[in-house]
Amino acid sequence: MSSNDPQGYKKTLNSPYTGLKGWIDSRLPLVRMMEAEYLKFPVPKSLNYFWSFGGIAMFCLIGLILTGIFLGFHYKPSADEAFDSVERIMRDVNYGWLIRYLHANLVSFFFIATFIHIFRALYFGSYKAPRELVYLFGLTMFVLMMGTAFLGYTLPWGQMSYWGATVITNLFSAIPFVGDAILTLLLGDFNVGDSTINRFYVLHWLLAFSIVGLVVFHVITLHMTGSNNPTGSEPQSWDETVSFHPYVTIKDLNATIFFFIILAFVLFYYPNILGHSDNYIRANPMVTPAHIVPEWYFLPFYAILRAIPDKLGGVLAMFGSIAALGLLPWLDTSKVRSCLFRPVWRICVLLFAINFFVLMYMGGKPAEGIYVLISRIGTVYWFLFIFVLAPLVGFLETPRQPLSITNYLKAKKA
Amino acid sequence: MSDQKTPRRDFIKLATMTLGGVGAASLAIPFITSMNPGKDTLALASTEIDLSPLKEGQSLTIIWRGKPVFVKHRTPQEITDAKNTNLKDLIDMEDDADRVQNDKWLIVLGVCTHLGCVPLGQKTSDTKGDYGGWFCPCHGSHYDTSGRIRKGPAPKNLPVPPYVFLNESRIKIG
Repeated sequence: MSSNDPQGYKKTLNSPYTGLKGWIDSRLPLVRMMEAEYLKFPVPKSLNYFWSFGGIAMFCLIGLILTGIFLGFHYKPSADEAFDSVERIMRDVNYGWLIRYLHANLVSFFFIATFIHIFRALYFGSYKAPRELVYLFGLTMFVLMMGTAFLGYTLPWGQMSYWGATVITNLFSAIPFVGDAILTLLLGDFNVGDSTINRFYVLHWLLAFSIVGLVVFHVITLHMTGSNNPTGSEPQSWDETVSFHPYVTIKDLNATIFFFIILAFVLFYYPNILGHSDNYIRANPMVTPAHIVPEWYFLPFYAILRAIPDKLGGVLAMFGSIAALGLLPWLDTSKVRSCLFRPVWRICVLLFAINFFVLMYMGGKPAEGIYVLISRIGTVYWFLFIFVLAPLVGFLETPRQPLSITNYLKAKKA
Repeated sequence: MSDQKTPRRDFIKLATMTLGGVGAASLAIPFITSMNPGKDTLALASTEIDLSPLKEGQSLTIIWRGKPVFVKHRTPQEITDAKNTNLKDLIDMEDDADRVQNDKWLIVLGVCTHLGCVPLGQKTSDTKGDYGGWFCPCHGSHYDTSGRIRKGPAPKNLPVPPYVFLNESRIKIG
């Protein structure tokens, strides 16, 4: 690629393959890319099963899109027809019950996989330099996922759909001065109605495919830095890595199958256990259910919303709780990545995970008495963890010397 | 020569970008506006209600613009409670006299100003909250007998819709 050879840059496009494969590859370098990024791609040899949840989440996403397409063939996005069309899918459409239950339960399992995936990133320090962008693309996908799930939950037009949509869209009315105007703009009406369900259906698709787009960025940024691993130490030689195929592909497939067996158990024996029975009652704008609960995966954030006794403050705290996580790569001052070698931060992270479940439980309880108090404590810890503990512990803690990948594997065997 | 050319080019670039920006913004207006309620939705429906069947202490919920409206025939006790409230105790300070046209009849939108749920308190069997008006089950807002927020996360009183008394026992909302 010398400057006196204007065609030089093209030489890099010459394919190492011959025949049809070579013909395509020299025009569209997909074969080379797949080989470099998915077959030969070196991965630290010390990965544990926590590293399978990204792949599992991807399979969930593919499953959701497939089932979503087939549901879309029968679903009618209108206030008058939506509820009936969903019931028709459940009763009359061939295997409609299976496809809908799969779609509904896959969402929950997508969230389970994603929560574990995020926990993995926190525990082993995958968010730290140089993987900040991998982490930020991941968090963005998580936000889009929540948006997509919320929009999708509105579509069956049951009582929980309707009132969930009412409560969540009303969050925007907390914006000073222009809140009500924005709310009307979002709904296309003065309350959740026919215009709303129509646009929510379109946006449900749009956001779902935006996630697919972001997966690409998530993977590109990951493949620039390579995977983190339990030690947090970068591989020092080829000996400390294995190729993506067959080692990771087989392991991830194994994990995925196991994960989907659990999904199948829920799907076939308890298909409604993660849903709310009120959503089998048609939406009624005149009657609010006595106890509105969002889907389980929103509960921790719902608890944060209700912990703040001020409308705007609650909304800011809820959105802020996720946005604040995005600052973690810069707020965590420690030079050591993995919690395996950080005795104090490890406790903080584990407490954060426990706190997440506590908040989840509180979000499902009525907003009164002790539940509010515990929600408040949980909310305080959430922000304390990010803004105080991350910088402070990194500064004060004395971490152990991280093991190299080889020594870590040796120690594990012994 | 080149000293002169550069600022001219900069100016053209800036002017082009500005014009492009203005054009893009103008183009965005019809798209954004299309998301707002259409003319059919805006066509204000007004609703007439006969108040005569409502006895003292009873309430009625009617639909106006797709939203519930609470019509409450207040008892003398409820009127006194509403009148004798110290304005300083209120979250959203508003005198009861500014919220009713006739002391006996309270007409408010039945939509919680927190996140849009329909508060309980219309049926005699409903819980009415700590202030004898309404209680929103979603996030625990308490409203008094004038529909004013007294406790909980809601920031505003239940809004009073525009209405007129057609005669002693008939009102028109909207």
